[in-house]
Amino acid sequence: MGKLARKVAIVGAGMSKFGVHYPKKRNPDLWVDAWLDAVQKTDNGIGPKDVDACYVGNFTSDLFNHQGHLGPQIADLVGLCPKPASRFEGACASSGIALRQAILAIASGAHDVIAVAGVECMTEQPTVKVTDALAAASDALFEYPAGATFPGLYATVASAHFKEFGTTEEDLMRVAIKNHENGVENPYAQMQKSIKQLMESKKKKCAERGMDVPDWKDEFDFLKSSSNMMIAYPLRLFDCSLVTDGAACLFLAAEDVAKKYTDTPVWIEGTGQGSAALSLHDRDILTTFTATKEAAKQAYQMAGLGPKDIQIAEVHDCFTIAEILAMEDLGFYEKGKATEAIRNGDSKRDGSLPINTSGGLKAKGHPVGATGAAHAVEIFKQLRGIAERNRQVKEKPEIALTHNLGGSGGTCVVNIYRV
Amino acid sequence: MSEVKKPFTIESYLENIQNKKLTGTKCKDCGEMYVPIRKLCKKCSSTNMEWIEMSGEGKLAAFTSITVGTPLFVERGYGRNKPYCFSVVTLKEGPMISGQLVGVDESKPETIKIGMSVKATFLESESNGKTRVDLGFEPI
Repeated sequence: MGKLARKVAIVGAGMSKFGVHYPKKRNPDLWVDAWLDAVQKTDNGIGPKDVDACYVGNFTSDLFNHQGHLGPQIADLVGLCPKPASRFEGACASSGIALRQAILAIASGAHDVIAVAGVECMTEQPTVKVTDALAAASDALFEYPAGATFPGLYATVASAHFKEFGTTEEDLMRVAIKNHENGVENPYAQMQKSIKQLMESKKKKCAERGMDVPDWKDEFDFLKSSSNMMIAYPLRLFDCSLVTDGAACLFLAAEDVAKKYTDTPVWIEGTGQGSAALSLHDRDILTTFTATKEAAKQAYQMAGLGPKDIQIAEVHDCFTIAEILAMEDLGFYEKGKATEAIRNGDSKRDGSLPINTSGGLKAKGHPVGATGAAHAVEIFKQLRGIAERNRQVKEKPEIALTHNLGGSGGTCVVNIYRV
Repeated sequence: MSEVKKPFTIESYLENIQNKKLTGTKCKDCGEMYVPIRKLCKKCSSTNMEWIEMSGEGKLAAFTSITVGTPLFVERGYGRNKPYCFSVVTLKEGPMISGQLVGVDESKPETIKIGMSVKATFLESESNGKTRVDLGFEPI
């Protein structure tokens, strides 16, 4: 694995508020919000004249909004035309790919500054259609006709992980509880409520309506109850990420010009991308995402770092089981040992390796094509010590990793950052 | 086999499923087997393939019981009160394949055991006035 021909840094990063915004806000509105937020977070300011190209990550505005050809639309909204604008697609890893391609384009010398966009407006469609559009990221020929849904594919992976390593539903619940607690501290998150708060408000509602008040004694009781509907065994509603409208924006700059925009750039130390067969049945193993392993291997090698060096990570928790696989496949823990680390609280904000301080896809939300760029927004904040509310990790981390997974593990992008 | 002259395409594989036969291809150079079929061996890049008929027997590798299904399965009456199982099966010959798992208690997924022996079954349904056949599995 080679090194980048020249260094690349994130000099500004921002995002729209994630949530259910349609029709009050659509893709163009969300993107402009994200751009303005990123401009505001670029210390010395930045404008369209500084930017050489616009790389857009989006999964399927075609199916969600009947809009293809996003590149020029997104570029024009912020005054970037006639500069080159392109869209990248890799399901939920779309803006992870856009970010990686921007890094490579700057390193090549072709461009000095690129604006990376991640955009997705999902709630224009009813849930059934959203689910069906997402299913287009899985194998349409053989998995889909056999009844596979997206949660269903991750549930299938979970069943194999349960069997092989003794992982339990409680382990999954711990991931959801932690990520919701982090979401409370993120003003940009879609769900800024802990599971305990959600449980208490449900009890209160029952009392107000004169119904029997459930006797849940803790979050686990609540999560095991019928209030947490089964979606695809063993995954329930609270194991799934949210359906979200949102956008994120990153300004990337070459080492030659980065200091013009900020005194504290967040440097890209390594980047990697891996692929795996689209269908689960075409893979050699069900309990490991080999695309993650490959992307991580490349990124670690380029950075000259290993999993032990990572101090904070944003990983792709589209379902709770995915966070557990990521912790293992990224090499943070041995296979089958991530659940032990979760039980110890290692992945909490004050743990030895905080994971998903943003609230993750679980609580911050998952506008699929925007997620990879939004991962980098959180890392940009944590490494510069500017994470909002009570979410900033205490001893400010210096080395971070993002993990962006597409589909049921077919595509993965891993980036490593240092401040 | 009668499939011997069929082109190595998805359509040929699906036609065989319609005729209730689970087929694959085998690389004559390295012996790798593929279900669904492939024309190009991804292990050794050979195109020297032959059709094989699979026994249809295998073991349950992973599964889920789905309560919020795809539109096609919702149309068939599955849902919250009638979940269905999606499964991945490791065939006796080696390859894995996906299929609906039937003949199990979908509403008690904890009773369904990974590793159990299953065999192929061909599931008929009506779609746009035509009979459609899908690959499924059932416990032996």
